[in-house]
Amino acid sequence: MKRAPATAKRVKREATARPEPSVAPRRPRNGAAARMTLELVVNGTRRRASVPPMKRLLDVLREELALPGTKEGCGEGECGACTVLIDGRSACACLVPAAQAHGARVVTVEGLARGARLSALQQAFIDMGAAQCGICTPGMLVTSMELLQRCAGRVPGEDEVREALAGNLCRCTGYQKIVDAVREVARQRKRGARA
Amino acid sequence: MRSAVSTLGLVRPKTLNDALRAMAATNGGPRLTPIAGGTDLYVSLNAGSPPGTRYLDLWGLRELRGVRVGRAGVTLGALTTFRDIRDHVVIRKRLPSLAAAAAEVGAWQIQNRATIAGNIANASPAGDSLPVLLAHDAVVHVRSVRGDRAIAFSDLYTGYRALAMAPDELIVAVEIPFPAAGARMAFRKVGTRRAQSISKVVFCGVLHARRDGRPDHVRLAWGSVAPVTLRARDAELSLLGALPSPGARDSARAALTDDIAPIDDIRSTRDYRVTVAGNLLDRFLQWTDERYRQN
Repeated sequence: MKRAPATAKRVKREATARPEPSVAPRRPRNGAAARMTLELVVNGTRRRASVPPMKRLLDVLREELALPGTKEGCGEGECGACTVLIDGRSACACLVPAAQAHGARVVTVEGLARGARLSALQQAFIDMGAAQCGICTPGMLVTSMELLQRCAGRVPGEDEVREALAGNLCRCTGYQKIVDAVREVARQRKRGARA
Repeated sequence: MRSAVSTLGLVRPKTLNDALRAMAATNGGPRLTPIAGGTDLYVSLNAGSPPGTRYLDLWGLRELRGVRVGRAGVTLGALTTFRDIRDHVVIRKRLPSLAAAAAEVGAWQIQNRATIAGNIANASPAGDSLPVLLAHDAVVHVRSVRGDRAIAFSDLYTGYRALAMAPDELIVAVEIPFPAAGARMAFRKVGTRRAQSISKVVFCGVLHARRDGRPDHVRLAWGSVAPVTLRARDAELSLLGALPSPGARDSARAALTDDIAPIDDIRSTRDYRVTVAGNLLDRFLQWTDERYRQN
């Protein structure tokens, strides 16, 4: 897995909305508000953007907040490539309207590393060959974070990991190395908690 | 092609009353389409077939959240997610079929957002939780500016994706009674793969029998085998009062074939569904019969 580019991380400046398109977005005839000021915390940083309220969180992250780590796969909630954490729970960002992320704490794959230092989970994916083409990897990592948080120091069984990651499809690895990597990190965490 | 979501309006009420007033207002145009977790709605939007142009965001309404446990059953707020359901200690113990169904809806990402009322209102004949609600005699509570109404789940669907609800009504809660002590219940979903599949056949059975093994309460509820989620009423009747036996199981299976009306579609065929539904029923009855043979 490539390291997340440093520029995509912990951006301190407020996100500014993209320039208005030359053709103003068509407004519904009944005059519903076309845009809202979205405020949310992304990877620990407060962010703000002016967006259409039904814009997908996936597009807000990628286009408005310059966080392209979250991928679009199927666009119908099957593949999990766009998985992010919303208030600690995994969700497909392709199925979430921006308005429903207002006031939420969102974690994307860019939020896992600390500066140039990868998280234990990312490192384990590299060390154990759990990433190949990489398109599913951000979603795999993010869902695994939810699992590790839920396990709270316990090492999940292989079936448990497979069930947790059932919503993340990978066409390269055959899953075994991913499962192994997640369990390895859980073991590390357990040892760390005991030490 | 994806829908141009920038053109879609969203009303964001602060309270349930605001939401009900917004649902009542037509302003001469089409009504608002409610959105809860959005897990099904956005599939339609992303596929370019939006069900409306103006939406009503229910997600922030605290009044619609929470699980209330009473003596006779549980009441789920409309926005109770499948994650909430599968993690709930009382539901796992007293309504294990509901917990099992919740754990088979999509995968974690979907369970974290998808709501019980969304599954009901979406009214897909393949909805995973719907046979469970039907088999447990659930009651759906709806509300509008005109007042409250309770609808028996068995009366909710009037046809394919058609609900016995007025256009301004919102589902506010679902009440699910606990089965009688000693009742056996099972949930089974058959899809193309273990996770992330839409069912070919989905089943929930509840059966209570007297001490001699003769059933005095039977609910056999099915999804994906008809335009609506339905009870196999003739099969239920054939079992009531009948001593458990291979013959009784065969009669129930024969009755089931007439109760359901599956079709050939993209997910399965009529014949496959009839066979699988019969097998599921037979297995359920063998399992419930077993207990009386041991006693």
